Amino acid sequence: MPQLDFDIITLGHGSGGMLTQKLLDSGVFTVLANPLLDQRHDGATFTMNGRVAFSSDSYVISPIFFPGGNIGELAINGTVNDLAMCGAIPKYLSLSFIIEEGLAMVEFWEIITSIKSACDKAGVYVVTGDTKVVERGKGDKIFINTSGIGEIHPQANISISQIKSGDRIIVSNEIATHGMSIMSVRKGLEFESEMVSDTRPLNHVVKKLIDTFGESIHFLRDPTRGGVASVLNEIATDAKLGIDIFQKDIPVDDAVAGACEMLGLDPLYVANEGVFIAIVDELIADDVVKLLRQYKETVQAVTIGTVTTNHAKQVILTSSIGGRRVVNRLTGEQLPRIC
Amino acid sequence: MKYLSEYRSPELVDYFLKEIKRTVTKPWVIMEVCGGQTHSLVKNGLLNLLPGQVRMVHGPGCPVCVTPLNLIDKAVYLAEEKKVILCSFGDMIRVPGSKKSLLDAKANGADIRILYSPLEAVKIAAENPDEEVVFFAVGFETTAPANALSVIHAKRQRLKNYSILTSHVLVPPAMEAIINHDDNIVQGFLAAGHVCTIMGLSEYYPIVEKHKIPMVVTGFEPVDLLQGIAMLVAQLEKGEYKLENQYSRVVEEEGNPAARKMIDDVFESSDREWRGIGTIPGSGFEVREDFSAYDANKKFRVNIAKAEENKDCIAGHVLRGLKKPHECSEFGKRCTPANPLGAPMVSSEGACAAYYHYSQADLTTK
Repeated sequence: MPQLDFDIITLGHGSGGMLTQKLLDSGVFTVLANPLLDQRHDGATFTMNGRVAFSSDSYVISPIFFPGGNIGELAINGTVNDLAMCGAIPKYLSLSFIIEEGLAMVEFWEIITSIKSACDKAGVYVVTGDTKVVERGKGDKIFINTSGIGEIHPQANISISQIKSGDRIIVSNEIATHGMSIMSVRKGLEFESEMVSDTRPLNHVVKKLIDTFGESIHFLRDPTRGGVASVLNEIATDAKLGIDIFQKDIPVDDAVAGACEMLGLDPLYVANEGVFIAIVDELIADDVVKLLRQYKETVQAVTIGTVTTNHAKQVILTSSIGGRRVVNRLTGEQLPRIC
Repeated sequence: MKYLSEYRSPELVDYFLKEIKRTVTKPWVIMEVCGGQTHSLVKNGLLNLLPGQVRMVHGPGCPVCVTPLNLIDKAVYLAEEKKVILCSFGDMIRVPGSKKSLLDAKANGADIRILYSPLEAVKIAAENPDEEVVFFAVGFETTAPANALSVIHAKRQRLKNYSILTSHVLVPPAMEAIINHDDNIVQGFLAAGHVCTIMGLSEYYPIVEKHKIPMVVTGFEPVDLLQGIAMLVAQLEKGEYKLENQYSRVVEEEGNPAARKMIDDVFESSDREWRGIGTIPGSGFEVREDFSAYDANKKFRVNIAKAEENKDCIAGHVLRGLKKPHECSEFGKRCTPANPLGAPMVSSEGACAAYYHYSQADLTTK
């Protein structure tokens, strides 16, 4: 962290004047430096070729630091992954902060440096952004918005209309880990094992997937908020097809499963970060799983179900004991139960 | 999880299903008392695996569902008008009162906090000496010891700003009320394992004897439930009535004496209104006089006019096992978890919510 003459963010840092400049010069531009950002223009100008994907997301997480990551890398990985799920190769990001007055510079610095590290891992650049400061009590330490742009992989044809009956549903890794890691650091909860968020960029492995299998990868989506169940429901509704999944095949870490059990939460609805769902042609499903398992971020990849023309627009789960039930959309937030 | 997997074993499930099919010769109506059991039955798809003669009906064992409208109104009033820090477990805050839920009040700016333990509320009281902190103490015998402990802790710390709004309900009187009702159809009970973990079995023998009704104390996993049903069907078929304990790995004859003592120290039994059912004598816990400083009802002397239940809601029939959720004309239409007419649709343990979330037309549960 550089030598600064302030320890906390004040309203002045959002004024657009000297203090803003100081914060950006020492805290943001230095760390995230690249030729496009260094132009210091209101927007970035660059050339892109062919089909392009564009995505935006806002991050409002509490606590801002959690086991395995913080809001900064989450914001970068989130937008990188959203672009990757479109079959795009993410390139440039915007980065906007809404900071609550009183945020410690040391925390802001940690967020900025992990943003830099996440950008390096994903191979993307922050090229434009914005900083606003709101009064104490009017924010939750820091909110981040990131937008991103990337070129669509020439072999990609990711679209809901590509999904057809017989396709296999693959989940790239154990589910519910991120959501439970956040839960584990909320007040009043103590679990035996530490659960670490799996936030990470998925663009490299997705690129490899499309390099290898091209248009046979029919659809990709990262099941963040609302979890796997919500994404599968959206897919079933939009594709007007049914989805069958099998509980025994759905990978959940033991500690995560135990914590979910204790709180009465269903892992299918818990948020994920470093996980994606791929819907692929049935002929390549085994090879996709084999390929994914070669990478540490997708080492637990497994086929969890099938697309079907039966029960259109519904997701049906066959439980580990052979019973069948509907997996519906979540109503509101999952809340811990009484007993 | 390693302690759970054997109770989810497909082989054992298959074994008990075959056992039930082999034993059953006539139709029986069995009530699982606890909402957790209802959810497990529906979530694991067990209802559809049982033979047609075994009809499971769902009991009143969801503390959120039976919490009277008036108490939710009181909690909202305390948070909004008295400006207390109102603490509650998560599944209580979405349940609608007569005008709004705690979640609505929270969105309007009331300080309502979702906690995982009542002791957390005591901590909040200690950290905020200038604010009143009220814990909405809802639940069956299962949560009563922790709620009692919170009061004991608050007294020990000489906190003047902590109190509980109790809505404790007790299972055995509710079972008797169901049996005594003129239109009762229940022929055997799966008793709630968690409740017996605390209270033991002594309260259940007299019910079995007096009403000649078989009862099996049962756990919550698929194997537990099917074994409980198998034991109950065996009794019914033989014309026996006795109390058996399927959940003996957790439930001791005398329950948990330390927890029971805590309950006895802080609470005394009282008549209690059950939402959708009415007042059941001796079916609730109130804070004893010795601890009245920690009783939010006495501390704030809240008088809220009693509101009418929604007339289109058949929650009372569902809670007594007389109707299945999908037999309600409003189920999934005017009544959904996002816009519930009654508590069983919104609570995470409610039978209507279980049916709404896990079963639909082509998988209609029996």
